[in-house]
Amino acid sequence: MREKILSIIEKNSRIGINELAVMLGEDELAVANEIAAMEEEGVICGYHTLIDWEKTNIETVSALIEVTVTLQRGQGFDNIAERIYQYPEVNSVYLISGGYDLLVNLEGKSLKEVSSFVSNKLSTLDSVLSTATHFVLKKYKDHGTILGKKRIDEREKFVL
Amino acid sequence: MRNPLSDRTVALKPSGIRKFFDVVSEMPDAISLGVGEPDFDTPWHIRDEGIYSLEKGKTFYTSNAGLMELRKEICNYLNRKYELRYEPKSQVLITVGGSEAIDMALRAMINPGDEVIIPQPSYVSYEPCAILANATPVILDLKAENEFRLTAKELEAAITDKTKVVILPFPNNPTGAIMEKEDLEAIAKVIIENDIYVLSDEIYAELTYTSKGHVSIASIPGMLERTILINGFSKAFAMTGWRLGYACGPTEIIAQMTKIHQFAIMCAPTTSQYAAIEALKNGDDDVAQMCESYNQRRRYLLNVFEKMGLPCFEPFGAFYVFPCIKEFGMTSDEFALKFLEEEKVAVVPGTAFGDSGEGFLRISYAYSMDELKEAIGRLERFVAKLREAK
Repeated sequence: MREKILSIIEKNSRIGINELAVMLGEDELAVANEIAAMEEEGVICGYHTLIDWEKTNIETVSALIEVTVTLQRGQGFDNIAERIYQYPEVNSVYLISGGYDLLVNLEGKSLKEVSSFVSNKLSTLDSVLSTATHFVLKKYKDHGTILGKKRIDEREKFVL
Repeated sequence: MRNPLSDRTVALKPSGIRKFFDVVSEMPDAISLGVGEPDFDTPWHIRDEGIYSLEKGKTFYTSNAGLMELRKEICNYLNRKYELRYEPKSQVLITVGGSEAIDMALRAMINPGDEVIIPQPSYVSYEPCAILANATPVILDLKAENEFRLTAKELEAAITDKTKVVILPFPNNPTGAIMEKEDLEAIAKVIIENDIYVLSDEIYAELTYTSKGHVSIASIPGMLERTILINGFSKAFAMTGWRLGYACGPTEIIAQMTKIHQFAIMCAPTTSQYAAIEALKNGDDDVAQMCESYNQRRRYLLNVFEKMGLPCFEPFGAFYVFPCIKEFGMTSDEFALKFLEEEKVAVVPGTAFGDSGEGFLRISYAYSMDELKEAIGRLERFVAKLREAK
């Protein structure tokens, strides 16, 4: 049941428990309990809204920053990541295999704000060896959703 | 001037809901629950293979029966899904949709005057195809109290010395009915005893919502040699526009079908055949996901009908529900037309699929949950209004 609940609410977290139970052919109380349990266990970490900021008047800038770090005695990747993810402007931090170590996704109000974060806060950390900042020019798809385009049903209205 | 037309063709009844089509087409703002095709796009990796085949210049005819690699994949697929054993070389024909396969099969098997039993409500093309193949169609009316399944008793009663073929349209469009193993075993006995053949249209096989899944009549002992199995890519893989289906059956029948296919069609579309290979090789997850979505919507609709007090048996197949509207004292046509005019929602009257569909509506759930909710909200309002007026 978990997997099915998750696959539905991952796409639509606003769905009612009753409707969810009907769609899955499960008992309403059982579904409610399962969701509560997953919230408790941290399987469900939050309910967010996917926003296409392009369509608003609010200016935002996002950047992907490749970070190469150097590990010191008693300090692993987790510690360095923690130092970085505490900043509220940091949207996500991933440990990456390959050419660099951490991928940091940053959301800022302006180019200036992002660059100042990189030069003043990120690069100055002792363990950070180098950074490469990539500004996002356009988002086509985010969290599995294609942005900007509304789907049009092109089927004939009647097909036997 | 002489009459340019064929009497037999002219005499074919046009599809019963032509006038309905016309009303809907003049209502651009109408919403619809009338569509018999998936709302999903063909999965991208399948489309991509089609595109790739074009880029590589695979733009020639294939062999008449279809690409050997595709026929092999179809045999693997039918074996892994339904425990069927077919020989790719001689027992598979790739067709232009399941529809062509129906036509070819009947033309290959029928002599003038042979009777073809057609259970209804069912898809609209069996009867005209039977007539065009010189058969005498014998309509068998399926019953709501049997959940629109075909029973051995009904079949037995319809069989005469002239019966050659019975059409088995399950999972069923428009009712959503399925035939489970025990149902199939019962009718298989009658079929074998009476020495007749089955044209089993299993185009909706993948969309079966029981834990056991679809069972093909060809897998019942003694039936493989009496069955022409028809399936295709339209419903399972959301590939309606690619026009690709197939027929599997005894070598001698497939050989004759291939002969007609060669003269009439040449071969099924090449691009579609390459895409279909990808669908069979790597499409299982897509099918499972789509099937789960349909099942969720199916449960939603059944729940709403129950709350509305609209009688509807639980359909376990395809993507249709078939609620009964007899309480309103209107024909299916009248109900559907009034619903369209007052609430601007198009549903298909059950009578489009045979007289035995009278008193029922076909409601498709090949729509997103949001679309379904909007349309069903209007149905609730409409039904409440009708009940108040009584």
